[in-house]
Amino acid sequence: MSVRAPSLCVVTTTVPHQLSGGVRPAPGPAADEGLARRLKALACTAPLHDLDARKANLAGEYSVYAMAEIALAAIDLVTLNMDFDTGADHDQIISRLLPRIAAQAPGRPAPEHERVGRWVLENLINVGSVDRGFRAVYGTFGADGAYVRRDYDFKLIEEVPGRDGTVYLRTTDEAVNVLVGALDTDVTSAQIAAEVKLEVLINRGRLADAQLAAEQARYRTVQYAETLRRALDATRRNVRAVDWIRTVPDMIAEALDHVADRYRHENAILTNIRKARDESEDPEHKRRAAELVDIVKDCIRRHTQLQSRLLEAGPIFRAEQDRQAFAAPRGGALVGMLDLYGQLVAPVLPLPVEQATRVTDAWFARGTGLRTPASVRVTDLVDALLTPPVEREHLGAEMPEPDLVATPDDSRFSEEQLETALELLDLPHDAPRRLSGLLAEARRLDPELPYLVALLAVHAASPPVGTAYRQGEERLLFAVDDGTELDDPEFGGADLIVGTARLDAAGMAAERSEAA
Amino acid sequence: MSDQRDGESTQPPAAAPGPAAVTPGDAADAARLVSFGLQPKLLPARDIEYAELIRRYREEPLFSRLADAVAAGLGLVVLEVSARAGMALAAGEDSVFAVRMGDYSRRAASDAGDRFLHGLAHLATAAMAFPRPEDLADDAYIGRVTVNGIDGFLRQACRRLEERAEEQGENTDPATDAPGLEAAWRVYVRRSSTGATKDARRLAGSTTGIVGKAVSFLVDSGFLQRTGDESGGTYRTTARYQLQVRDMAGSAAMAELLDLGIVPRPGESAALMPAEEGEDLGLVAGAGLPFHS
Repeated sequence: MSVRAPSLCVVTTTVPHQLSGGVRPAPGPAADEGLARRLKALACTAPLHDLDARKANLAGEYSVYAMAEIALAAIDLVTLNMDFDTGADHDQIISRLLPRIAAQAPGRPAPEHERVGRWVLENLINVGSVDRGFRAVYGTFGADGAYVRRDYDFKLIEEVPGRDGTVYLRTTDEAVNVLVGALDTDVTSAQIAAEVKLEVLINRGRLADAQLAAEQARYRTVQYAETLRRALDATRRNVRAVDWIRTVPDMIAEALDHVADRYRHENAILTNIRKARDESEDPEHKRRAAELVDIVKDCIRRHTQLQSRLLEAGPIFRAEQDRQAFAAPRGGALVGMLDLYGQLVAPVLPLPVEQATRVTDAWFARGTGLRTPASVRVTDLVDALLTPPVEREHLGAEMPEPDLVATPDDSRFSEEQLETALELLDLPHDAPRRLSGLLAEARRLDPELPYLVALLAVHAASPPVGTAYRQGEERLLFAVDDGTELDDPEFGGADLIVGTARLDAAGMAAERSEAA
Repeated sequence: MSDQRDGESTQPPAAAPGPAAVTPGDAADAARLVSFGLQPKLLPARDIEYAELIRRYREEPLFSRLADAVAAGLGLVVLEVSARAGMALAAGEDSVFAVRMGDYSRRAASDAGDRFLHGLAHLATAAMAFPRPEDLADDAYIGRVTVNGIDGFLRQACRRLEERAEEQGENTDPATDAPGLEAAWRVYVRRSSTGATKDARRLAGSTTGIVGKAVSFLVDSGFLQRTGDESGGTYRTTARYQLQVRDMAGSAAMAELLDLGIVPRPGESAALMPAEEGEDLGLVAGAGLPFHS
């Protein structure tokens, strides 16, 4: 960094002269703004280079790992796993990084791979610093031509509080812009372009390129959601802070149009890729198409989530409006009452920190309440110090041995029988079976077993979908009656078709969190 | 100071037989009342003796004058004496009961940035608890705050300033050798809002850690009551907090601000209007609501 910056200076100091030549003197430090911007972009990459430079200092032989590569992969993962509400989970990111780390050094033990992953992630957060961020110094020329060194503070991955009190990761704008790609373009138009490209690519059967484009489209979708999340957050927090006459309704309308448009678009793409997936002969093509289906499905899921947030915004605003604006004022003289935000917080924040501290100090001195100072007498102190510490009973009183009576095992079936039956019913999801066949097979294993199998099958006719949904099960046993009569020496009734349904656990989890 | 003590001026003539009526027992009772007031979490409704002394204070002008004198002698200001707030006392600046920043946080004593952040956390907590002037005036109002809500609210305000600075093409990066001139909001933005720790506790140096420290301190001051764990901890305000903010903290901070030559505009009407160009932060005065989640 420090080596390169001066050489950049030499190249570009001529630029201001060309630009401002004859027009007007540069009004401020805007003249070398372009240079400053590039220096900042360059600074954002420094932590990654730094990782590779510092790996030699680690205890152990870590030079085999490409740290910058792992770091970029981590940033990509966090960006992709950022949810509308929260962010990516620490452990989840580590576990997804592991395959790449393991591939770099297959001979090393797994705990070491994990240690490397954690080291990289911690360094991207910069856990050691108070601010948990990075600082780079760069120089600019001020309005008066004086050279000023300035501090540029930035973060790559930041930690945000989740609703349930846990800590999540989000990539910052700096990281997305510089490290994920130059994405600070108009989100909407960039997305449309990417999707048109995607369609063309799919039509031509170029699936490798299509996957790249689809992944880019997803980055943009995430970014779009992030922009809207912030706007909605502000709306929820503070009704009058947001222009509800023009800006927000326009934005919501625009976003809803966007969602409707994308939804239609992505469904069309989905149909196309599914066709490509099903018709393709080449297994590699098939695999890629299947991956694409997953990506586009994820895009659709994110859009749907965004849409439900958009629809909630109106009612939230109206409820707050009722509470604040239309509540009857309670008599009382308002004259002289302080508007804490408008008259204190808002004017304090733009002040230089030195001056702002005077105001906050005054608040602190008068606004925190009082404490009764503890006073110590020497005699008490001596007593306290000489008193032997109380033996603490870690385990508590001894428990009396409980008098247990063995209850007779009156179960109809044994554990092994249940296990065998469940094994029998553990059917592949694409090959359901008739109950008659299952009963015959069970009878060969154990004459008692058909009763248990029949019982389980009858239960499966009304599968516990709600429970499976709540518990995030991935598979569910079901049974359907198609009218065929059961031909069996012991049982009568319908010859049920018994099969296993696969459930979209990830989708259900997303829906649950949305409903919460 | 407060309406409760107006009784002094309308005292019935029969209640004042002469100055000699004060006995050492009365003085002990007055001091007892002040000592109750020094236990901010204690409420008269929970303690018969306390309630009885409050009643005496409000009915016997001599006794109230005596209790006021005891408080004044200890360097305390009586904000209100009532059944709802008990004897609400505030510490005078040089009083032994005053809280000092250095005792509050060791880091804040040495680090200018931390000092500001701790003070700001307290200021923002009050701003979120009483978002509008009406809320501060209304004795029956109970404010609700959450730790994450306060942090989010401050971050939002800072982001606005950041956007405005960007629009104006202003370079807000501070000069390396003059950290005191850095804009206050930048100090807040730079600090991470949370962080993972080994023992799963809140990272003390993060902004939610700092806000969390502020609210739990206010709980111990009898100013807030914890109501739940959502959003980093939810709290509701007490009558004492309202009194403290209204009668003590607000004016002190305002005076300091005016001393710096900054004259904030008085509260504007609550009409729903889009923010005008050049408006403070683009926020209409009185904005700022607790989180909904």
